[in-house]
Parts: sequence; C-alpha cells; structure tokens
Amino acid sequence: MSRIEKITPAPLLSVRNLSKRYGSRIGCTDVSFDLWPGEVLGIVGESGSGKSTLLSCLAGHLAPDGGEVVFATVNGPQDTLRMSEPDRRRLARTDWAFVHQNPRDGLRMGVTAGGNVGERLMAVGTRNYGSIRDAATDWLGRVEIDANRIDDRPSAFSGGMQQRLQIARNLVTGPRLVFMDEPTGGLDVSVQARLLDLLRGLVREMGLSAIIVTHDLAVVRLLADRLMVMKSGHVVEQGLTDQVLDDPQHPYTQLLVSSVLQV
Amino acid sequence: MYVAVKGGERAIDNAHAFLAEERRGDPAIPELGTAQIREQLRLSVNRVMAEGSLYDPDLAALGIKQSRGDLIEAVFLIRAYRTTLPRFGASRPVDTGKMTCTRRISATFKDAPGGQILGPTFDYTHRLLDFKLLADGQTPPAAATAPANESPLPHITGFLDRDGLIQPETGNAETPPDLTREPMELPAPRALRLQALTRGDEGFILSLAYSTQRGYGRTHAFVGELRIGTVAVEMEIPELGFAVEVGEIELTECETVNQFTGSKTEPPQFTRGYGLTFGQTERKAIAMSLVDRALRWRELGEDDTGAPAQDEEFVLMHADNVQATGFLEHIKLPHYVDFQSELELIRKLRTEAIAARTEAAE
Amino acid sequence: MTDQSYNFAYLDEQTKRMIRRAILKAVAVPGYQVPFASREMPMPYGWGTGGVQVTAACLMPEDVLKVIDQGADDTTNAVSIRKFFQRTAGVATTEATSEATIIQTRHRIPEQALTAGQILVYQVPIPEPLRFLEPRETETRKMHSLEEYGLMHVKLYEDIARHGSIATAYAYPVKVEGRYVMDPSPIPKFDNPKLSDSPALQLFGAGREQRIYAVPPFTRVVSLDFDDHPFDPSKAPHDCDLCGASESYLDEVITDDSGGRMFVCSDTDFCRTRREAGHAGRLGEAQFSSKKIANSFEGICPPTGDEA
Repeated sequence: MSRIEKITPAPLLSVRNLSKRYGSRIGCTDVSFDLWPGEVLGIVGESGSGKSTLLSCLAGHLAPDGGEVVFATVNGPQDTLRMSEPDRRRLARTDWAFVHQNPRDGLRMGVTAGGNVGERLMAVGTRNYGSIRDAATDWLGRVEIDANRIDDRPSAFSGGMQQRLQIARNLVTGPRLVFMDEPTGGLDVSVQARLLDLLRGLVREMGLSAIIVTHDLAVVRLLADRLMVMKSGHVVEQGLTDQVLDDPQHPYTQLLVSSVLQV
Repeated sequence: MYVAVKGGERAIDNAHAFLAEERRGDPAIPELGTAQIREQLRLSVNRVMAEGSLYDPDLAALGIKQSRGDLIEAVFLIRAYRTTLPRFGASRPVDTGKMTCTRRISATFKDAPGGQILGPTFDYTHRLLDFKLLADGQTPPAAATAPANESPLPHITGFLDRDGLIQPETGNAETPPDLTREPMELPAPRALRLQALTRGDEGFILSLAYSTQRGYGRTHAFVGELRIGTVAVEMEIPELGFAVEVGEIELTECETVNQFTGSKTEPPQFTRGYGLTFGQTERKAIAMSLVDRALRWRELGEDDTGAPAQDEEFVLMHADNVQATGFLEHIKLPHYVDFQSELELIRKLRTEAIAARTEAAE
Repeated sequence: MTDQSYNFAYLDEQTKRMIRRAILKAVAVPGYQVPFASREMPMPYGWGTGGVQVTAACLMPEDVLKVIDQGADDTTNAVSIRKFFQRTAGVATTEATSEATIIQTRHRIPEQALTAGQILVYQVPIPEPLRFLEPRETETRKMHSLEEYGLMHVKLYEDIARHGSIATAYAYPVKVEGRYVMDPSPIPKFDNPKLSDSPALQLFGAGREQRIYAVPPFTRVVSLDFDDHPFDPSKAPHDCDLCGASESYLDEVITDDSGGRMFVCSDTDFCRTRREAGHAGRLGEAQFSSKKIANSFEGICPPTGDEA
C-alpha cells in the first residue's frame, strides 16, 4: 500500500450528490466520493446498476440532473459540470482520457495505428512528424504491438490489439485521470488476462489515477485500490478493495462476491 | 487550347439559341400557352410554387414553359426571381381552420363534423392509361358537387386536443426566423425546420418519410387530417389599424397523429407531425409531416436511433434541390488546375514509389 | 449596356449592405467563416454565386473588373460571369491583372503580384477545411472555436505515413494569422505562398454554404505542415511552351493521341503579356497575339462539346 501513503492533501476528483434519471427510472442517484491522486477506483455492479451512467456523467458524456464533479485542474478545483463546453473539451483532450469498452468507439478505424496514437500529440501542438512517429512506436511497444504494424489500420487488428491500441492512444499525452468503461469486456479470457497484466504495469509505472467501471471482480481485485459497489443506481458499499471483497458488509456485495467464487 | 479561344462567348450564345429552338420543338405543333400549363398541368405548377416558395401560378407556368418542363429548373427560375422582389410586409398567419376545403379526409375517424370530402384525387382511380385523352380532348362533363360548405370545418386533431389525448401545440410570440433572409443556423428551431421542409425537394422529403415508415426512425404515423382548399391572406395596414384581405391562396395541410409512450414529464399522449404546402401538393404535405415528426425526437424525449430522418443537420442541409442541383452540376465546369495539381502529385508519388521498388530489388 | 430592370450589380441595396456587413466582420476576424444570408442568384449554386455576391457588394461604378476561371479570362464560366456584371453593372472590364480593381477568380491567384487597393474575390465550393474529416457543421464550428485542429494534422500525418509526403495538391489548408485554419478554395498549392502578406484584400464567398471569409492585406498565411516535412509549393518541372516562363503555374494540354503534350501558363494574361514583351517558349512565337496563338491550336486540339 505504498501508493496510498503518497496521497496529497487535495483530492483529484471530488463528486457530490450526482444524480441522473431516465424518465421515472433512476440512472444513478446521490453518488458522492473523492478520488485521490494516484488512486484507482473500481465501480462494480451488474448491468443496469447505474455504473456506466455514472461514468458517462463523470466524464461529461452525459448531462446529469444534479450534483457536482469537481476536478483539480491546473488552475485549481473546478466543477466540470458547470464548465463551458470549450473548457470541458480541452480537459477531455489534455488531462483526461477515456477508454471505451468497444475499441471502435475510441479509435479512428480509418486512421493508421500511428495516426491514432499521434492524434492527441498533434492536438496539443506537436508538429514534428519524426517525433510523433517515435512516440507512436514507443507506445506501440509499451502496449505490446509490433512496431511494424504502425502503418496498419485498426480494422486489421484483433480485438485485444485494438483495445491495447486504444489504451496507447489515450495514455500517450500522460493524462492525469483515466476513465475506463469495461476495458476487458468483449475479450477472450486469455486475452483479458494479458490486457489486465499490461494495465496493471502501466498504472504502477505511470502512477495513474483512474476510475474503472466493470462487472468483473477479478479486474478490480487486480487494478483497484478502492471499490464502490452499485445497485439500482445507489452506491451500497465502498471501501478498500481487499476489505470489500474479503469482508463484504452489504447483502448485495456478499451475493456478488459469492457468485464470483462459484465460478 | 479551346479555353483561350474567344469563341467561348460565341459558343455560349449559340448554345442558348439552340436551346430556345429545342424548347419550341416542332413549329408545326401549336405552341403551348402558359395559361394551358397553369390550367392543365396544375400539379406541376403547384410543385413549382411550393418548392419555389412563391405563390404565383402564372409565373410558375412561365417557369415550366421556359425550363422545357424541367421542374427543378423551373423552381430555380422562380427562386432567382423571388429573391429580387422587395418586401412590403408580412401577412397575418393564415387560419387553416377557416379554409374553404375542396378535399378533407381523416384516416383516424370514420366520420367527424364536416364529414370526409374526397375532392379531386387520384386515390381510387385505376391507373390505366386513358387512351381517350390521346384524341383531341373533349370537355368532361361537370362533376356533381355539393353546395360549398360555408361553415368552417373544425380540425380533427382538435377533438383529440380537447381530451388531452394529443400533445398540445402552444403558440409562440417570437417572430420565426426567415430562411430566405438569414443564414441557416443549427440547431434549428421547429419553425425554421418547417420552412426548410416545405420548400425542400419533394422526392427527397418523400424518400425520407418513406424511410421512417420502413423503420429508420419509425413514428407510427396516421393521417389525422389532410385538408386542401383556399384560405384568405390578410395584411395589417398600419395606416388603417386593421387587417384587410389581400388575396386567397390554395394550401394543403396535413396533421399526423403519432403513437407515443410518454416521456420524463408527460403521460402517454399522441404526438403530431405537421405539413403545410402551397397548392394541391398532398404527397409533399404528408411526407413533410412525417419528417417533421421524426425530427422532433429530442423535444419529445425519444432516442436518437441514428436514422437519417432524425438527423436535423443531414435533412436540412440536403433538402434544397436548387442548392443540390447546382453543386452537383458544377462538376461539369473546368477543373483543369485542380486536376493538373493532382496529376503532378500522382506522377511524383509514382516516380518515388517506383524508384523505391527498383532500389529494393537491386 | 446596363440592364435597367435590375439594381446596379443586380443585388438590391439592402442585400448588398447585409453582405458588406459580413465582409467587414470577415476582415475583422481573418480566416473566420462568417455566415451570411446568401441569395439565389440567376446562376446555379456551385458556379460562383458566393463570389458573384461578394463582387456585387464590392463593385462601384468606377471599378475595373477582371474575371478568371482556372487562371484564364476566356473560360466559359468566366465569360458568363463577366457578361453578367457588364449587363447589370456596366462596369469596365479588363484582362490585365494590373489594371483591375476587382478580380473574381475560380481556382487560381494571378501570377502577377497584386497591389494595394486591389480586391481578389475567390469562388469557394466548400468553405470548411475540416468538412471531409468531420461532416457535421455543428461539430466543425466547435472545432474552430476551440482551435481543435489536431484532426487536420492527423490527415497530413496519414498522407506522409502512406505516401511519403503530404498528398494534398489543391485546396491545401492554411492557418491565418496564427488562429483559424482556412480552406483557400481549390487553388493549386503552388499558389498558397501568394496568400500571405499580400497588399491586396482577399475575400472568399461560398454561396451555397452561406459563408464569407477574408484575408486582409498583409496577413500572415501559413500552409500547414510538419517541421520535418515542410510545405512544398512545387509544380510541374517544365517551362511554358508558349512564353518560356519557368515560374508560372502550367496547364498540360494533350496535343495528339500518341502521348504528345505541351505545357502552357494557366494564367492567360500573364502568358500574353510575356509574349508581347518578346518572350517565347519551345513552341511559341513572341509576336503572336493571344488570339492567333489560341486559334493556331484549334487544329491540334479542336473545341469540344464541353464548350457549350
């Protein structure tokens, strides 16, 4: 737990009373938590529990009905929900990153692997083809994609490679906060294991702060420092990952944990 | 090097003379008068007025004659003329509730106050070529007509409205933007969308409406009411302090009744699509009301299914046939310079690629 | 002869004022696309209606107008637009770049350097440089307002990755005064350097797309590139076969069906002026007037039906 000790006094992200309804149905309601620099938070629950709605609201893809999402920007803490769209979009392409469950949503399928990785660099002003190429080559290596695939399009890649490419594309500019939506969903079990291993390495090495939504407890066991369990739009339990998984308090968490053990 | 030849100017003049000759056709055949077009090709005239956004049957007939029956070209002539006309003012909104109807049908109620009036329709005709028309026309016997209904026919959707069964349309004191005087800004308010649809290409609007029926943005539409007839156009004259009737125009109005399951704030209720066009142009008015309804998904809290008819920007930016045909046909214009630069680039890239291949082979 | 049934330069004064307001705004924010209520013109959209409206709004009775298409004064569409203004405005026209006060152009910038007081009006088909990367207007306007131009460079990156160099030959995107990325209209990239620091006022009109934008005099216009793959305004490695010019943009003319071809200046006024000054190329004779030269090639490459 050496990473927990390095916590600075101010949270990176501070969420208060976040709610989103779809008509009479609850998406998520009254969610509050703090995320500290260098911390990885897992959000678990079955499908329909509101975890993906919550992530979309946090990342600014969906407008919540109420609440605050305060991010420690370089200019001090700011409620991202009240930011102007230009500011929010700037944040999304600099300090934030978003890894989609389906790599097709996060990649430009018609653009080469190198171009995909290079886009964020070019967006922040890099204008040297050679250095963009070098960075892309380096990042392909870090996500275990052969450098000679740099001029291939993602459509020629396997699902696991596409997901690793999406991760490289997001991390190339060193974001301060990464949102991940079921990053291992839709992949074969063996491919999942390799991706998890890779993610764990990157998280450790870069000291990433991340919020990971998943229904897979193995993912959070491996990656998350802290855990939030959601059911019907409510957070029913939160705490340190090991604590929640080894000694679940809420009946729903107990059910979740036991159903995993049965597998 | 024909481009440098002064004959370009002469060629244009000659082409225009040729066009005029072709327009007239065989001089042994009597010339077509614009009055004949106005009276006997009235549905063409109506389409040109609707898409030309100018209610003037004589000018529309002239446009059709001048364009050799090319209706999009005729619409273009009318638009180019219309844009030069000074504006004296704006009329009061026409009251279609006071329409003198020649046709009025509802698909949702078997009968309603005022009844169903079939009017002059192709519906229920058998589409068999009538060879009698090949012979010199005889005036058909006058159709039996009921005495014109003097009392106004109530809108069918009004009955649903009274019971709260259909989403109410509330008036709005804001002056709607004028598509012909201000650039289109997106997202567009409904008033602007309706303007774009009513002057949009009939074929394009028809196909979009059809696509919603086939499941691309389905809205389950029924024709609540289709009415065709004449309405008075009134203008406020500031000096007089009251409105005076300045004329009468023929309109087609269509209101659809659409299924709806309720939203965040509303209990289940029917919703509406609206179409209003110049002249008897009922295919256009019905299609317009379907597309209008499909475009309202956001306001009614529905999902964007990614259907073309739900995509406001796609629909509005591509509905205008005068814009579309101009841009399509401009690729006939010379593009020597662009082509030359492409040609040079391809030659250069090929030279480099071939050199690289040769080098690799050695 | 001015056609009396229309206002001077066709458009009514109110419409001209509306266009002038858009032009002033465009000049104030170089490279920014100003929406304007484009009118239907008596010529089709896509055939220069934007340029015609801008020219109509700028024209004064004392102006001298030059109209070129593909660099030439005599292409059919240039003839048609020039005639339109002769008829509706009765202004003097010229083929000499230096004599013109307003030059309406499609796809070229004249070879001869422009001077202060001249206005160059470009006809623009698609004003949005990001259009083919992002089809939505609502999205591209946001990208401009946020200076989100990363995608533009992705396109250039892809070109280099695939072809070894930037594979855009015309309508090559530029950045104006360090802020807006702009489409210079489909001029060959050879012309791009002339956009920058010109003493003339450059106005761009897109009728169908309802946009006007501008490059005011002495504005810095930079063609997008990478530090290690700089912009290259190259052209075909030939001299003009008529006037011998080595520095002008050339059209390639196929002269027979066994591969014979010649290269001639696309700027007809530039070529004529040089020949009248005694220059001659591989196939040209200096003393010929442009008309004779042109006619002498009629036999080699006869007018086609395109002319109609």
